[in-house]
Amino acid sequence: MKVVLHVWRQAGPSAAGSLVDYEANDISPEMSFLEMLDVVNERLIVRGEVPIAFDHDCREGICGSCGMMINGAAHGPMKLTTACQLHMRSFKDGDEIWIEPWRAKAFPVIKDLVVDRGAFDRIIQAGGFVSAPTGSAQDGNAIPIAKQAADEAMDAAACIGCGACVAACPNASASLFTAAKITHLGDLPQGQPERMRRALAMVHQMDIETFGSCTLFGECQEACPKGISIDTIARMNWDYLFAAATERQGAEVGGTG
Amino acid sequence: MTIKLDARIPAGPLAEKWDKHRFEMKLVNPANKRKYHVIVVGSGLAGASASASLSELGYRVSCFCFQDSPRRAHSIAAQGGINAAKNYQNDGDSVWRLFYDTVKGGDFRAREANVYRLAQVSVNIIDQCVAQGVPFAREYGGLLATRSFGGAQVSRSFYARGQTGQQLLLGAYQALEKEIVRGSVTMYERHEMLDVVIVDGRARGIITRDLVTGEVAAHVADSVVLGTGGYANVFYLSTNAKGCNVTATYRAYKKGAAFGNPCFTQIHPTCIPVAGEHQSKLTLMSESLRNDGRVWVPKKKEDCGKKPGEIAEQDRDYYLERKYPSFGNLSPRDIASRAAKEVCDEGRGVGPGGRGVYLDFADPIARLGEQTIRERYGNLFEMYQRITDEDPYKQPMRIYPAAHYAMGGLWVDYNLMSTIPGLHVVGEANFSDHGANRLGASALMQGLADGYFVLPATIGDYLATAKPDTLTADHPAFREALDGVQARTARLLAVGGKRSADSFHKELGHIMWEKCGMARNAAGLRQALEAIPKLREEFWRDIAIPGTGAELNQSLEKAGRVADFLEFAELVCTDALHREESCGGHFREEHQTADGEAKRDDANFAYVAAWEYAGDGRAPVLNKEPLEFENIHLSTRSYK
Amino acid sequence: MERSGLRRFWDSSVGKKIVMGATGLILVAFVIGHMAGNLQFFSGPARFNAYSHLLQVDVIELTWLLRVTLLASVVLHVIAAYQLTMQNRAARPADYVRREPQVSTYAARTMRWGGVYLLLFIPYHLLHFTTGTLHPAFVRGEAYGNVVIGFQTMWVALFYLGAMAFLALHLYHGAWAAFRTLGIARPSNDPLHRRLALAIAVIVPAGFSLLPLSVMLGFIR
Repeated sequence: MKVVLHVWRQAGPSAAGSLVDYEANDISPEMSFLEMLDVVNERLIVRGEVPIAFDHDCREGICGSCGMMINGAAHGPMKLTTACQLHMRSFKDGDEIWIEPWRAKAFPVIKDLVVDRGAFDRIIQAGGFVSAPTGSAQDGNAIPIAKQAADEAMDAAACIGCGACVAACPNASASLFTAAKITHLGDLPQGQPERMRRALAMVHQMDIETFGSCTLFGECQEACPKGISIDTIARMNWDYLFAAATERQGAEVGGTG
Repeated sequence: MTIKLDARIPAGPLAEKWDKHRFEMKLVNPANKRKYHVIVVGSGLAGASASASLSELGYRVSCFCFQDSPRRAHSIAAQGGINAAKNYQNDGDSVWRLFYDTVKGGDFRAREANVYRLAQVSVNIIDQCVAQGVPFAREYGGLLATRSFGGAQVSRSFYARGQTGQQLLLGAYQALEKEIVRGSVTMYERHEMLDVVIVDGRARGIITRDLVTGEVAAHVADSVVLGTGGYANVFYLSTNAKGCNVTATYRAYKKGAAFGNPCFTQIHPTCIPVAGEHQSKLTLMSESLRNDGRVWVPKKKEDCGKKPGEIAEQDRDYYLERKYPSFGNLSPRDIASRAAKEVCDEGRGVGPGGRGVYLDFADPIARLGEQTIRERYGNLFEMYQRITDEDPYKQPMRIYPAAHYAMGGLWVDYNLMSTIPGLHVVGEANFSDHGANRLGASALMQGLADGYFVLPATIGDYLATAKPDTLTADHPAFREALDGVQARTARLLAVGGKRSADSFHKELGHIMWEKCGMARNAAGLRQALEAIPKLREEFWRDIAIPGTGAELNQSLEKAGRVADFLEFAELVCTDALHREESCGGHFREEHQTADGEAKRDDANFAYVAAWEYAGDGRAPVLNKEPLEFENIHLSTRSYK
Repeated sequence: MERSGLRRFWDSSVGKKIVMGATGLILVAFVIGHMAGNLQFFSGPARFNAYSHLLQVDVIELTWLLRVTLLASVVLHVIAAYQLTMQNRAARPADYVRREPQVSTYAARTMRWGGVYLLLFIPYHLLHFTTGTLHPAFVRGEAYGNVVIGFQTMWVALFYLGAMAFLALHLYHGAWAAFRTLGIARPSNDPLHRRLALAIAVIVPAGFSLLPLSVMLGFIR
C-alpha cells in the first residue's frame, strides 16, 4: 500500500518548522507505524537527506519514548495503543496522514517529532516517590495489602510517562500523569506518610512547569495507551484539598525549576 | 599487557562468605563519603538502583542515560517476574535451592559464590521494592502472590501483572528522582558514553556526547560504574530496545577491561515470529505464558498449512511435554528454544516461512475459563492481537525464539569490579551470575541485587583505597580520550557513503543469527569471522550519515553503535569458536549427544573465558578463570 | 488554614478548580430553586406576585444573604475561570495543524463561550426584572405583569432563550465536572454523574424557558 505523509519538520528548538510532504510506497499492512517511518527514513538517508527524527526505543509499548500526533490524535487512531504498536493495517491504501509532535509549552520541540518531556521527571522529583532508603525495609508480607487496593494502585501505576495525556488535552494539562502517580502511591499503605506532602508538592510543580489545568474534557483518558482513568484526577483533587486544609503553617512544599 | 584474573572470592563456607566479606571490606567514613564522586552509566534496574543507593549512603553521584528520561531504560520491558527465595508458598524453596537452580540453569558456568550471594539478597530485594510502593500482585488475604517460571519447580516469581520490569524500574527511578531533587545525584539525560578514561591505571571518568547539542565532554570521578545492559542487538532483530548497544562495555574492553564469555547469548523461546523484511524488532511474549499454554507443532509436515483447529489432537506433537516430561512446557529457555528450532528445521514449523510453533491456550481456557486466563495474561494477549491481528483466545499463538539477553559481559570479580581498577560493572552488562543460560525472572533479581545491595557495599572497599585528589579534565588522559571521540565522530561523518547504518546492522544481524545463533558450528563461525571484517570495511567506506555532529543526529548515534557492533561481533564469534563444547545458550552442533542434547566438556571448559583486547587487527588474548564447584556436584543437566 | 496556605490553594490550578466546582454547585442549587419558583408563574398572577412579595419583603434579609452568596460565587467562579483559561492558552502557544477531538463533548468545548454569554445575561436579567431599569413598563410588586410585558418584546425573549440554551450546555458539562472534580468514589460512578448532570441540564433550562415561550407563543397575555 501507499500513503502520503505530512510530517512536521523542525531543524532545532528555535528553528521555524513546517509540514513537509512525503510519499511512502511499498508499505505493508503488517508494518508498525514506526517501521513505516523507518522505510521513509531509509530512503531519505540514501538520498543524503536528513531523516525524520522521532523518539522510540522498546517498540513494544512500554518505555513511553515514542509519541506523536497522528491525524490529530495522540498515538493515532487505535485506542490503548502507542505509536510503536500501531500497525499500518489501521490505514487504507492512499490515505493521507498528518504527523506532528506533542505540543505544549512544557514540552518544547527539540527536533522534528522529538520533544523534551523533562517536566514529567521534575513532577516526580517533587514527590512521586516513597522515601524508603535501601536496606530499611521490613518483610514484604509484613503489611497485608487488600487485593483490590493493590490492583487499583497497579491500574494507576501502569502509566508509561509518554505524554499523550498532555498532547491530547485541549488545555495541555498534565493532570492525568500527576494524578496517576498520586493515586498509585496514595492507594498503598507505604504511600500514606508522605501522601499529603506529595499531593501539594506535585500539584505545585505541575503548575510551575506551565501545564494547563483540567477541565475534564476526557481527551487524556481516551488517548492514554494504558487506559488510566480520569477518576485518578478526582482522587488528586481530594488529596490536594485535604492536604491544603490540614497543611501546617510553614510546612515546606517542594518544587524545582 | 596481561591481565591477572583474581576473582577475590572470600574464603570460608559458602553461606558465610558474603557476611564475612562485608565485615572484612574497608569502609569509607560517613563524613568522607561526600568527597567521593561516582559516575554511573545507565539508568536501568542496576544503574538506577545503584545511583539511588550510593547517593543515600552519601556519595556524590552523576548518572547518565541515552534516553530522554531514566525511566525509559529497557529493564522496563521485562514482563513476567522477579525471583526471590522467600518460600512464602511453603513449596520447598530456600536460598540454597534458588542458588542450585541458578547454577544448574546456567549449565555450571557461573561462580558459586556470586550466585549464592544473589540468592541470599533476593529476599531483601522484594522487601525493598514493596517498601517503595511497587504494586506486586496480591492474594485476597493481602499477601504477596507468586507464580512459576521456566527451570524451577517451585513458585518463587513475584510479579506485577505483565509489567514487573516496569514497576520495579519505576520504583528504582523514583528513588533516583528523590536523590536528584536532594541534590546528591546529577542526572544527565540524552547523554551517550563514548569512552572511559584511565589515569594511572584506574578508571577516573568518561567521555560523553550530549545527544541534543552534540557537545563532547569529559567527566571526572573517583570510580565509574557501568550498568549499560546487554548486547543482544548484535543480532539486529532481538527483543532488546532499539537503543540497546554494546558501545559502553566495548569501549571499556578496548581500554583494558576483560570481556567474559561473549558467546553466551540467550535466545528466548516465546517471541512473536518475524512478519516481514522490514521488521525492526521482535516482541517477547512473557515466559509466564508457558505456565498454562501448551507448545505444539503438527506431527506431519503436510498439516503445517492447515488451520490449527483442523489438526486433530492425535496429529499434534506436544514436543516439550514429550521430550521433557518432568518440566514439560516449563523447560528452561535454551532447551525450549532449541527444541523449537529443531521441529522447524524438520519442516514442521507453522506460519509464514515455517518459522513458528503454536502456544495453545485451548486446554487451560476449557479448564479454567476464559476469565481466569484473561486475568492472568490479558495484557499479553492484547499485545499479541495488536501485533498479529489474530485472537489468541480463539486460535493458538504462534511463537518463535529470538535473541533476548546476554549472559556474557565485562568480567568482574566478587566485588563487581572489572579488570580495570575502579571500573565496576552491574546488571546485564557484567558477565555475572547466569553462567551459560539465564533462568526466567532472574535478570531483574540480578540487576537489583547488584544495584541495591552488592555494589553499595563493595564500592567502599575500592574507594577507601583511592584517596580523593584534585584530578581535573585537563589531565592529558582526558584530553586524549576526548580528542579520540571527536576524531571518531568526524571520521564517521566524513565517509559520505550511500548506505544507512540500519542496512549494515541488518546485514550483520543476519550473519550472526545464521552462524552464531541458536546452533553454531566451526565452519559457520569461520565464515562469520571472514564476513564480518569485510562488512566492517564496507561500513567505513560507504556509511551515509546526513546532518552534522553538532545537533540531534540519530543517524550518527546509530552509526557509532553499529560500528562497535561490527567489531564486537567478531569477539562473539571468536569466543563461540574457541568453546568446543555445548553449554546453555551456546550450542555447538559438533558437541551433542545422540538424541540432540547439549554435551558439556567440564574437563576442558569449566572456566570463564575473559578476553583481553590486544590492539586493532590483532587477535584478542584469552584469559581463563577456572570455575571451582565445591558445593554442587557437576552433573549433566537434565529436565527430562 | 492560614493566609499563605489559602493563597497557595488559590494560586494552584487544582485549588482554583475546586473553587470552581464548589461555587458551581452553589449556582446549580440556586438555578434549580429559581426555576422551581418561576413555575408558580403558571398558577396565575396572585400566586406569583405573592411569591415575589415573599422574597422581596417578608424574608428580604434571607434574600440578601442569598444574593451576597451568589454574587461571591459568581465572582469567584468567573475569576477562576478567567485565570485558568489564560493559563490553559499559555500552556500551548503553538497549536496543532490538525487535532481531532476524540471524546470531548460539545458542551465541554463551549463552556467558555457559554460562560461569557451567561455573564452578559445575568446583569441584564437583574436590570430587567429585579430593578426594572431596562424594563419598558416596570411596576414594583407586579412581578407577573412585568414578566408578561417583558417577554412580549421578541428579541428579549430570544435573548433569554439563547441564555437557556447555553445554560443547558454549561450545566451539562459543569454539573458533571463539578461532581467529578469533587467526587471521590472509585470505581467510578460516572454514569450516575452523567445522568444527574443530564437531568439538571434538561429540566432546569426547560423549566425556565416555559415562561418566555408561553408569552411568545401567546398562551399567556
